[in-house]
Amino acid sequence: MISFEYSRSSDVADAVRQMAASPAAKFVAGGTNLVDLMKMDVERPAKLIDITRLPLDTVEETAGGGLRIGALVRNSDLAYHPLVEQRFPMLSSAVLAGASQQLRNMASTGGNLLQRTRCAYFYDIATPCNKREPGSGCSAIDGLNRMNAILGTSDACIAVHPSDMCVALVVLEAKVHVTGLRGERVIAIADFHRLPADTPQRDTNLEADELVTSVELPPRGFATNYTYLKIRDRLSYAFALVSVAVGLELEGGAIKEARFALGGVAHKPWRDPRAEAALRGRAASEATFAQAADLVLSEAKGFEHNTFKIELARRAIVRALSQAARGTSQSQSNKKIA
Amino acid sequence: MGSVQLTVNGQVRQLEIDPRQSLLDVLRENLDLTGTKKGCDQGQCGACTVLVDGRRVVSCLTLAIMKDGASITTIEGLAKDGTLHPLQQAFIDHDAFQCGYCTPGQICSAAGLIAEGKAKTAAEIRELMSGNICRCGAYSNIVAAIQQAMGQS
Repeated sequence: MISFEYSRSSDVADAVRQMAASPAAKFVAGGTNLVDLMKMDVERPAKLIDITRLPLDTVEETAGGGLRIGALVRNSDLAYHPLVEQRFPMLSSAVLAGASQQLRNMASTGGNLLQRTRCAYFYDIATPCNKREPGSGCSAIDGLNRMNAILGTSDACIAVHPSDMCVALVVLEAKVHVTGLRGERVIAIADFHRLPADTPQRDTNLEADELVTSVELPPRGFATNYTYLKIRDRLSYAFALVSVAVGLELEGGAIKEARFALGGVAHKPWRDPRAEAALRGRAASEATFAQAADLVLSEAKGFEHNTFKIELARRAIVRALSQAARGTSQSQSNKKIA
Repeated sequence: MGSVQLTVNGQVRQLEIDPRQSLLDVLRENLDLTGTKKGCDQGQCGACTVLVDGRRVVSCLTLAIMKDGASITTIEGLAKDGTLHPLQQAFIDHDAFQCGYCTPGQICSAAGLIAEGKAKTAAEIRELMSGNICRCGAYSNIVAAIQQAMGQS
């Protein structure tokens, strides 16, 4: 780890000013990803601005019936918050599907949004990686790419976004509140993360001086018909090969509203409006679910070691939609998949 | 260098440290509390688990300088007045280790788990202890030990 200057910030405006004054600085909160990357010399900030003392650690109800989650709310506190458990159980489930309890006790909501890919070549500074060193090349395209993306890839990068929480946030159409030198703005979660295209070094549309202050959940929580299904190499404490977050609203046997998103398959949580449209107004049946899955994966492209993910994703989508339609969401402690 | 005040196992410690130092390294190298173990040093094995303000965290990914004013409990702080903590006794009773290297982290993690109160069943204990790897594979005895300690607390 290289030497860095350390400072604490007392309020949001001060934090933003400090960042604007030190372009090579990084904000640090939980540190679970950043400190790890600094140990590997993947991240080499000249300065760390400690934001853990900012007053951004509460979950509050909004006037419209939604929730506003402070950027510093710990992942474990978010997952176990009574209002989140009751109204947004898909989010609780997704958060509990990620990492370990120790890491969830450290990791912040804002940091979860901003965590970086776990592509092995991004971590290995001896190999080329366009995300770590723009223009150096992508080692994963012809390398060990079993964990890499099948949707939205580019010739420059096939990394995936590793978050579970963000997959649920996309289904819930969360809004990310940020503050920069020019003031506050709101970014829809679907527009927060980027596809790699020819600038894979940029994970998000956050500007350099901007700080995530909160995540707002609109009131629609899909608390009855939902699931978060995560398929991975071991039953716990592993990143997703494929994950699926689903929220349905049913009327009789028909699907009134349908949303779903995939994790572990792209540079951002993957949501496909065509597939959701194919579900609305239809009977909740496996045949309908399979059609939606085929639509999502119609443009999927596998690489040498990860082509299996296409069929895995297809089956996971059908299974997750079935779980949500039955009202039997996937347990995150009993891992038997029904 | 920067200064930080930590209350470690009830004792106030004022320290001058490099901002790069993890809490794990401060405990082991500055305070000579070598019960907390360095396994992977990347947050993947749980051997370095300690309690910070009562919550279990991995000390290898915790920058000590960020914890100014915090209370830290390590494996050395669990026994009281010469009596083992119920988890320590339960690990002995159930032979819940082989080489013992992961054990301080397992016990501190289990202390955090019991305080959280979210695990009731064996499946829930296994899930919420998944951040602690035991390469000897003593998992079934670890779960039994935690169940015993939960019954006592």
